[in-house]
Amino acid sequence: MDKNSPIPPRDDNYSDTESAWAVDVRDAATRGMTQKASRKWWLAITLLSLMVLAGVYAWYYQLKHGMASAGYNDQAFWAVYIADVIAFIGVSYGGAVISAILRLTGQSWRAPLTRIAEGMALATVIVGAMFIFPHLGRPERFMNIVYYANWSSPLVWDFLAILTYTVATIIFFYIPLIPDLAIVNRHLGSANSPMRRKVYSALSLNWMGTKRQRRLLHSSLTLISLVIIPLAVSVHSVLSWAFALTSRPGWAETVFPPYFVIAALYSGTALVIVTAAAFRSGYKLQRFITQRHFVRIGYLMAALGLVYLYLTFADMATEGYTGITTGWITQTVTGRYAIPFWIYVLFGELIPIVVVAFKKFRNIKGLTFAAGGVVVALWIKRLVIVLPPATQPLIGSFWGSYHFTWVSITITLAGVAAVPLILMVMFRLIPILSIEEMEEAGPIGSIEQISDKTEKYQDKLLAGGRNLEQVKTKTPSSGLQMSGVDPIGLASAPTISVNPTVNPGGFSINPGEIR
Amino acid sequence: MSTSYNNETNSTSSERRDRKYRSFSLSPKANDEPSCGALACGADDSESCGISIPNGEVSRRNLLKLIGKGAAATVAAGVGVELLTYRAYAQSGSTTNPNGLGTNGNMTPGMAAAMADPAAPPDHQWAMVIDLRNCDGCGSCTAACQKAHYLTPDQTWIKVFAMTNNDGQTYHMPRPCMQCEDPPCLHVCPVEATFRTDQGVVLVNQDRCIGCRMCMAACPYEARYFNWTGDVQYPTTPIPPTPQAPIPQKLGTVGKCTFCVGNLNNGLLSECASGCPMGAIYNADLKTDVAVNGLGNTVKLSTFLYDNDAVTFYPEQDTHPRVWYIVGHGQNLETNSTSA
Ligand code: SF4
Ligand code: SF4
Repeated sequence: MDKNSPIPPRDDNYSDTESAWAVDVRDAATRGMTQKASRKWWLAITLLSLMVLAGVYAWYYQLKHGMASAGYNDQAFWAVYIADVIAFIGVSYGGAVISAILRLTGQSWRAPLTRIAEGMALATVIVGAMFIFPHLGRPERFMNIVYYANWSSPLVWDFLAILTYTVATIIFFYIPLIPDLAIVNRHLGSANSPMRRKVYSALSLNWMGTKRQRRLLHSSLTLISLVIIPLAVSVHSVLSWAFALTSRPGWAETVFPPYFVIAALYSGTALVIVTAAAFRSGYKLQRFITQRHFVRIGYLMAALGLVYLYLTFADMATEGYTGITTGWITQTVTGRYAIPFWIYVLFGELIPIVVVAFKKFRNIKGLTFAAGGVVVALWIKRLVIVLPPATQPLIGSFWGSYHFTWVSITITLAGVAAVPLILMVMFRLIPILSIEEMEEAGPIGSIEQISDKTEKYQDKLLAGGRNLEQVKTKTPSSGLQMSGVDPIGLASAPTISVNPTVNPGGFSINPGEIR
Repeated sequence: MSTSYNNETNSTSSERRDRKYRSFSLSPKANDEPSCGALACGADDSESCGISIPNGEVSRRNLLKLIGKGAAATVAAGVGVELLTYRAYAQSGSTTNPNGLGTNGNMTPGMAAAMADPAAPPDHQWAMVIDLRNCDGCGSCTAACQKAHYLTPDQTWIKVFAMTNNDGQTYHMPRPCMQCEDPPCLHVCPVEATFRTDQGVVLVNQDRCIGCRMCMAACPYEARYFNWTGDVQYPTTPIPPTPQAPIPQKLGTVGKCTFCVGNLNNGLLSECASGCPMGAIYNADLKTDVAVNGLGNTVKLSTFLYDNDAVTFYPEQDTHPRVWYIVGHGQNLETNSTSA
């Protein structure tokens, strides 16, 4: 057995007797599946569905009246839809890779986040791939790419890459779901409709939690985690080559593949934060997803943001200095694209760095705000990558221009609405937490109220997740036990003992412990 | 559109162009040309056959026909100038020529091949020469092209750019599709909707194009125009549109200059060449080594290019354009001012 396995092996005699922790996890993870949908939920679903329907109508209008109705013209032949494709598939990549890397490195604190991250990855890759259709002038001929594939075209490779990546994302989403569906069936019992029961047991592939099954699960998860990282790198490199393989100044840049990959990771990390924040409060997961999760992902986000800033600079500086084809740089920095570009600099770089740098802002609210800004700013940045080189004149000096119309705005907003819509429906059908992984990780994975002194020790523990079983046995097993209580008994006075299962809103954070 | 597509009673010159176009499309053999033969043309003209007096379209057509039949040698003899300079370089495999422009600038692999073995099929390798010294920027070529192909005003398959030379003087440069021998637009098309004929003409199959516009991104000459709007009324034509004659254009697909290859193969000039009152645009054939403009001037292509230091546009892109420009004093095709 691989010692670095993300999921430690268990004994064959693994029984389903539920520890207090397990009960809490299962309750929280299935709450969305069992509870009757609230009025708010229905309201949100209706609103989002209406937005999607409006987008479908706008697309119909666009098909009938031509793409001019979406603001396109011969000197702005690529614009918002291709930016949407890149932005959505980009955030998907971020979600998948964060989850994969944390899995491979055995970070047990990832456990409460993986399902949300992978669900987000799945929803956004589907929506991103859908944006290809409004981008095409003749979407009904889409299958020509298969029938008459021209392998020297970057777009054929794009198609292949996106298709493969979508399939991989589905598998990546599905494999950790296998044990969960079995657990859900057992946990919910009669609360589950017979129809659902059947589907779940079929999808859970007869999961019993035996040693062999665990080994299989573990190795397939490791494999798909290993595969999805280079796959996602290739998808974004190939996407960037749709631009970089033309001779247009501003697109034909050697830096483009890593530029796109980092942008994808950066925006994806940010969306993981936003999604986690939204479902944390919506599904009352405050107990499991804590500030420390946000802070850790926030650090990652800030680091990626800096790399992205560096690549942006490297791209513009080298070309700007030589001054051969600098029209697009001038236009981006000071000209017609200056406003969106500086919005990106402000919300996509400065604010997230400030938020992460200062302890004062480095909390859930601040990080969620910063991450939301990053997601939007990176979409704007994609437009700024697409538009200046597309509208620049290759002959003469007349710049083209792209104008948003109600059609392109409605279709883009439909895509934005589709992501939460898919996620909200998804988490009515499947557990929002990765139950199996949570139980493996044990309560320590979500501890927040700890003193600085114990934190180091905990980090050590977190790194070696194997010891958790031991730790868990020390945990008093009253059903109302709170994860915030330090199981090792080192907790200092400021720990506040509130029971989040009873009163999730009352869960408070000790400001002294924020990091 | 006020022009009636099927009406043949009207006989203004532009209408005649339409008819020519159609007569080709319907039945290539049905040519109702008057019997002013090529020989008659030569006899009428006091000058040599190569520099015939412009006496209407008829003689031009026949001239080109004559050329097509392989009478290039006669023409050459008539002109009586130093020939074959270009051909000599092609055959010697030299990479530079005496005027120092380098083969990239003016000799394409296709031209070299055509000149090395003129007898090999196909009969024609179409090309174009644009003499910027004669272009006054009137835009007649664009108008003629748009009329013939029923294009919207935005769709300038041949577009006349106003350029500024280093002394601040302006000149004009018509830019058709360059019919690149190594066309980037073709390489990037995901569905092979863009293809190149054996006559060296790059065409678009609008029945296959998915409208991804990758080709528009790849073309270094901005020569491609999309059909953006479904709100224009295109004429209904008795014959279905073909890549050679894409009339009407199809919504959601891309279009571009076709070199009027149907015209060329039927002994007619392209719409822009016959529409240019200054005779700045020459249709050329690499195989027969001849170029003809709308005024009926016929020249020996290789000599014409060599003597006038013809250049191609953006040669550094290695697209090997089939369109050569003859620039005047102070004009420079490399001027690419990207200032706002
Ligand atoms: S000029 Fe542009 S459209 Fe024409 S063949 Fe070359 S690349 Fe293609
Ligand atoms: S727009 Fe049409 S011709 Fe151009 S690359 Fe796409 S499919 Fe090919």
